[in-house]
Formats: sequence, C-alpha cells, structure tokens
Amino acid sequence: MLDIQNLNIWYGGIHAVKGIDVSIRRGEIVTLIGANGAGKSSTIRAIAGLVRGFKGFIGYTSDQEKQPVRLNGRRPEEMVRMGIALSPEGRRILPHLTVEENLRLGAYTRGSRAEIAYDMDYVYNLFPRLQERRSQKGGTLSGGEQQMLAVGRALMSRPELLMLDEPSLGLAPMLVSEVFNVIGEINRQGKTILLVEQNAFAALSIAHKAYVLEVGSVVLQGTGEELLHNPQVREAYLGG
Amino acid sequence: MNLNMFVQHFINALGLGSLYGLIAIGYTMVYGILRLINFAHGDIFMLGAYFVFFATIQFKLPWEFGVSLAIAGATLCGLLVDRIAYRPLRSAPRISALISAIGVSFFLENLAIVMFTGMPRAVLQPPWLMKPILVGDVRLIPLGLMVPTISFVLVSGLLWIVYRTRPGLAMRSISHDIETTRLMGVSVDRIIALTFALGSALAALAGIMWALRYPRVEPFMGIFPGFKAFIAAVFGGIGSIPGAMVGGLALGFVEIMSVAFFPNLSGYKDAFAFVLLIVILLIRPTGLMGEKMEEKI
Repeated sequence: MLDIQNLNIWYGGIHAVKGIDVSIRRGEIVTLIGANGAGKSSTIRAIAGLVRGFKGFIGYTSDQEKQPVRLNGRRPEEMVRMGIALSPEGRRILPHLTVEENLRLGAYTRGSRAEIAYDMDYVYNLFPRLQERRSQKGGTLSGGEQQMLAVGRALMSRPELLMLDEPSLGLAPMLVSEVFNVIGEINRQGKTILLVEQNAFAALSIAHKAYVLEVGSVVLQGTGEELLHNPQVREAYLGG
Repeated sequence: MNLNMFVQHFINALGLGSLYGLIAIGYTMVYGILRLINFAHGDIFMLGAYFVFFATIQFKLPWEFGVSLAIAGATLCGLLVDRIAYRPLRSAPRISALISAIGVSFFLENLAIVMFTGMPRAVLQPPWLMKPILVGDVRLIPLGLMVPTISFVLVSGLLWIVYRTRPGLAMRSISHDIETTRLMGVSVDRIIALTFALGSALAALAGIMWALRYPRVEPFMGIFPGFKAFIAAVFGGIGSIPGAMVGGLALGFVEIMSVAFFPNLSGYKDAFAFVLLIVILLIRPTGLMGEKMEEKI
C-alpha cells in the first residue's frame, strides 16, 4: 500500500533521514520506533506532504488503483483526498473550536452529510468521552481526551492509511494503554496504520511490523513480537 | 439639545459607525488569519466608490447594476492584492508582508490619481434616497436608515458564513494553526482568498455608501476611514468580527456625539478616534472582545 525507497531528508545542513526503506501492506499496523531525533517524525511528515524537497521515492497504492502513485511533491491537502490522514505530534487540536467542530474539520474533504454523521457516531463510539464533551471547546479537554480527539479527527476523513505521530506523548500510563487499545481496535476493523512512537513497548505490543530508527537510519526491523523480545531492543528501548 | 435633534444625531452616528464597522471587518478577518494589517484595505474601499461613480454617472448604468459591478470589481482587486502582494510572502517574516501592504496602498492611491485624476468628483445622489420622511417631528432621510440596515444584514450574513459553514470553519481553524488545517485537507490559499474577497466586498459596499453620504469620490478618500476602521477593529478586539462592528459603532458614536454636544471641538473630530485608540491600548490591549493574543507557532 505504501512503499518508501531510499528516503533522504535534509533540514538546512542536517541530514535527518539517511536513505530508509519502509513498506506497509494493507491491514497492517506498522510502527517506527526510536529516540528523539531518529527521523521518525520527519518520515511521517514527508508522507503527509509537510516536508519539501526530500529525495527518494514514496509510492502509494489506494484502494481504487492498481499502480502505485508517486507522492513526492504533493501538498498535504491532496494527501487527505488520496486517503492518507495524519494525526500530528502534540495532538494539535484546535483549542477554540468545539469537539464537534474539530471532528467536522477532519471531515472537511467529504461531501455527504449522512456519511459524516455516520463517521461521527463511529468516533463517538470509539471514544464515548468525546461524545459527552461534544460541545465543549477543544482547549478544555484533558491531555488524554485531546489525543482521542486528534485520532478521531484524523479518522473523520475516512482514510485508507491512518498515520499517528506520538499518540502516547505526555499521557499517563493508564491512558496510554487506553489509547493503544483503541488503535488496535481501529486496525482490527480493517484500517491500515502507520504509528510513530517513542514508547517502544506500547507500539511493539500492537504492531505487525516495526522499524527501529537511529540517527536517520533503519538499524533493525521485524515483527512487533520479534522486536519485543530482541535483546538489543530490550536493552536500548525497553529498559533491559 | 432637544430629543428631535438627538434622534437625528443618533441615526447619523449609527450610519457612520456601521460604515466603520463594515471596513473594520476586513481588517479584522485578514489579521485574524494572517496576522497581517492589510493597509491596502482602505484603498479597496476607495476603488469601490470610484467604480460605482463610473458605472452609474459616467456610463449611466442603473443603480442596482452599477453597485453589483462595483462590488465585483473591488472584490477582484482585493483578490489580486492578495495574490500578487501577499501570497508570495506567505512564508516570509511578517514584517515583509506588512511593508508590501504599505507599498500596495501607495500604489493603489497613485494609480487612482493617474487613472481618475486627483480631482474630487461629485456623486449624484439618487433623489429617492434623499427624500426626507417625517416620523413625528423627526426628519429622516432613507439613506440614513438604509446604511445601518444593510450593514446589519451583511454582518449577520457574514457571521453565518464564519460560524455555520464549512469554509467558515476552515477560516477559524487557519487563524490558529495553518499546518494542522492543511492536514485536514483544507486548501489554505483558497480560504485566504475567500477571506480577502469577503472583506473587500464589504469594504466596497461601505465605500459606495460612503460616496452617497458625503457625495464625492477622490483618490485619498480611503485613508482616513481606513485608519479609523482599523482603530475600530483594534478597539473591538482585532480578530473578532462582532468586535469590529461594536468598535465601529463606538467610534461612530464618539465622533458624532462629541461634535453634537461640544460643537467647539468639531475641529478635533478626527483626534477622538486616536485618543480612543490610545486609551484602549493602555487599559485593555486586546480590545473589548478580543481573545488573549498568543504568538503564532
């Protein structure tokens, strides 16, 4: 579904991503894990169209098409229409808009009111707490609720590929497992997910496939299960 | 002062204030989204007035048609200003766009001198707009009532667009976080263009009504109303549409009533607006209805 070959990203003089390859098949949860500055966010932002002037190939095959489409150089708003949604790092919900308006914004590219209403119910079902707070301003929500809103908002475009950048950031451990349970649930209902995480344990526990990034390169890859038991990974990311 | 005169002044203030308000909305919407003071806004107001002058007086088109044409023309100019002078500077430091705005303003004023000559021209007021109606002892002219009514209807329509429609939602979202708004699939440049179009249309209409009230047009007619409308926008809380209208009305009332009650001070009429600006900046820098300003990320 998504095929990244030899992706290179520079910020000014800094070579942030050094030729990585990632591939995602339909229905999978794929995770990129690694420390701060490893190039995870840059990669996901390049897919979303937020990074200009990277080198390499990003190919995307949507449901309707047989041939992969080259994503390089497209704008973020095109990506959403092509079926790729990103829930950005730090949640970035709109604090002055209500929960419902935030969700409506997520559905911006879509026309059918009935479908939007249907998907809104779906999101409220996933996160009942959002429904309770539907007319509250986004800024009044707790961190966990804001994260749920950010995930829900990304779902509102009915993406084929859902990308989540650090959904565990700043959340209490209990909330992390709550959010990750829902991410697993969304995947079991058929959604393909690309997950960028520093919380390696949470990410590996639900991922089918994982890539470990260090200073811009992939140093390890395998199934979530394999990496969870890999001594190197345990040493470096899971606290021994 | 008797009641009769007070009512006259009141209506007059309402008219002037709502015109300030209409112009102020353009400033406040563009500032809310781009954090840019669109100095050329007052000149769009001037162009609207000129266009209606040419359409109806030079080319003898019927009023309804001339007004529509003038609004369309000025809106197009507003869009061109954004496209040519601001859009290429979207990712440049904010001060660059500001300087560009000042440049566009000078350009439009001088273009108007070249094209229309600097000579003020008289606008013929349609008689039906000026024929006084007597309500009790109060003489009212239809134009005086029409201006606040039209303004009220337009502002209600605008608020509906901003708070009840999809592009409106995108506008409110862009004002906080452009990047995230793009991630939702919004074509930001298109929404910004829409903002300029709406603001310019309102300014053009204000310019037309202004030209009817003070029946003349000249190339610099947009400068002072523009300044005052900007003050109104700051007073009401820049970024807030209801604030712009409230600020405009407040300014209209201060200006008309101060002269009405203290005729000796009429020479200082324009100074009141600036005094009001200084006072609000000292007491409540975010304006009456402004949100707390946060630096944009």
